[in-house]
Amino acid sequence: MPTTEPAIQLDHVSRNYTMGDATIRAVNEVSLSVPANEFLALLGSSGSGKSTLLNLIAGLDRPTSGAIHTNGQNIAALSSLDLARYRRNTIGMIFQSFNLLPRMTLEENIELPLRLAEVDRSERPARVREALERVRLAHRLGHRPTELSGGEQQRVAIARALVNRPKILLADEPTGNLDSATGEAILSLLRDLRTQLGMTIVMVTHERPLAERYADRLAIMGDGKLLSATESPRGTAQ
Amino acid sequence: MKSRDLTDLALRNLREALLRNALTTLGVAVGVASLVAMLSLGVGLQQLASKRLSQSGLFDTIFVTPKNNFRGMGRPQREAETGKPPRSLDEDARKEIEKLPNVIEVYPQVRFFTEVRFNGKPFATVVAGMPDSSKDSGSFDGMQGNFFSSPTANEAILQIEFAKDLSDKPASLVGQELVLRYAERQAMPVSTADPGSNPGDTTGGGFSVVPKELRLKIVGIVETEPAAGYGGYGNARLLMPLATASTLRAAQVNDLRDIVRGTTSEKVTYPALSVRAKSPSQVEALEASIKNMGFAAFSLLDASKSLRTFFSVFDLLLGIFGSLALAVATLGIVNTLVMAILERRREIGVLKALGAADSDVQQLFIVEAGVMGFLGGIFGVLFGWLLGRALTFGTNVYLKRQNLNPIQLSSVPWWLVIAALAFAVLVSLAAGLYPASRAAKLNPVDALRYE
Repeated sequence: MPTTEPAIQLDHVSRNYTMGDATIRAVNEVSLSVPANEFLALLGSSGSGKSTLLNLIAGLDRPTSGAIHTNGQNIAALSSLDLARYRRNTIGMIFQSFNLLPRMTLEENIELPLRLAEVDRSERPARVREALERVRLAHRLGHRPTELSGGEQQRVAIARALVNRPKILLADEPTGNLDSATGEAILSLLRDLRTQLGMTIVMVTHERPLAERYADRLAIMGDGKLLSATESPRGTAQ
Repeated sequence: MKSRDLTDLALRNLREALLRNALTTLGVAVGVASLVAMLSLGVGLQQLASKRLSQSGLFDTIFVTPKNNFRGMGRPQREAETGKPPRSLDEDARKEIEKLPNVIEVYPQVRFFTEVRFNGKPFATVVAGMPDSSKDSGSFDGMQGNFFSSPTANEAILQIEFAKDLSDKPASLVGQELVLRYAERQAMPVSTADPGSNPGDTTGGGFSVVPKELRLKIVGIVETEPAAGYGGYGNARLLMPLATASTLRAAQVNDLRDIVRGTTSEKVTYPALSVRAKSPSQVEALEASIKNMGFAAFSLLDASKSLRTFFSVFDLLLGIFGSLALAVATLGIVNTLVMAILERRREIGVLKALGAADSDVQQLFIVEAGVMGFLGGIFGVLFGWLLGRALTFGTNVYLKRQNLNPIQLSSVPWWLVIAALAFAVLVSLAAGLYPASRAAKLNPVDALRYE
């Protein structure tokens, strides 16, 4: 494991919601350090706060208190415009339901982050192709997401997440909609890409056996609190 | 996001919900069309009215009369104007006025009462002499027959109403002859004047009045009134060349006044002169310098000013009514975009997760609204123009049935096209503001959870 500055540093991060008079502590005083290049799995039952924590790291939500340091900056203190820039340039994100835009071709879906990042038009086709090649789907460039299988769609989503060359890849239940063989293929792909591109990966999942096989470390959450963070036993896949 | 990508995405989104967005755009188009149709009607009517008035020759013309002239027909005496003493309106005065800057021509008013004999029957009317330049004034556009063949021809043009008096078939009159009976003024030498000797005579350089006849060939019939009445004469319904009319030396209304005043009859004086300016804008200054010379002068410029005021208010009212439809269309845009937010919630969430700033999402929706407004504006101007054409066509079919000349009822000038387009876009952008800010404020976490 690299011993340099951590890619993500959470200090007493809390996220509270108020519902009527009740305050719900979705994330409660979580402190966690994720070293660069680590593949971390966030485990826990539903409602444990793992997805909320992921959204906080993604800059989609803001903590009620605490600090989140990535890239040498506290994203909890960023302006909304800077936070958008952070999501665009530092973070890549994939989801359980893939979240590809069904009316756009694969090429257009993957081009979307390049448009947002104002990447030069002439540069874009090559970047899109490169991203699709990484997930071995270059031949499906002009297809629409609905013409693809679930595993293929998730690979396209990964290509879209990678096209802006982020330092951190966040995955929210990436195998939740896939059968186990396809799920394993996706995680294997993620692990390879992490090595090739030198990324840090944080993955939310509730499938512990898969997480044990592919992740470096398992962080387990319950009731908004971080219960444990231990080295993965590293099963047969390693 | 760069504006080209923004427009790309916006157009793409508009294409996705084609039917709904097309209907919304159509709503804008109908609103703009009603606005354009209303205003084009206003502009058209204004042009029509100004054209009619300028055809009458009243706008660039100043009427000059001797000061303290009687105003005739029971009108109150004009306040005596201070300044130079009254002068008689004679040939010297005419030449002097002609030398003023921006004067095209000065011609005398020759009008006299006459009795026309046609087919043995008498008809009383007023004759007016028309200068040759009146041919191009537009007053004689669309006349039957022709204008006078020469400035000194013994020819007559009849006003249609008078022609109808003469014959049941006015058109058949062209080419026929009529007899003009008038009173010729013959000057009497002062020396031979014998007080009280002859009832027809006057003392001190008077004149005698002798009945005369002149045969005139009818060359045309006109529907407008090129010599609309002023100076208390009433409308002249028989027109003849000014030069011909002048040589007749027919007794005119001012002759009696000249006698009473003791003006010598050797010098011809005019009851009134018409002064044509190069353009209506010079009328005011010209009028002032003529007044300075010691004459009374008036023009109808004030009438045109109040006419313009009337049409500004008229256009404003038409514009307000036209805008109502556009206001309704605006609500359509708001509705469509609010619906689109609900439908595209997830997409907005994805965009934000991929790094779209609130302003990117906001701009996307505003551009979509603007594009709908622009397209609606283009189609609306087109529809409005067609509507104006249809109105003009319908009106002209009706006018033709009534045996009247066709008119150009509506007019769509360039400024109206540009203004309507700009208005449509601006209103649509305003309509897009609320949905856009709602979309921009959407919480991405909630939006992504939304199924």
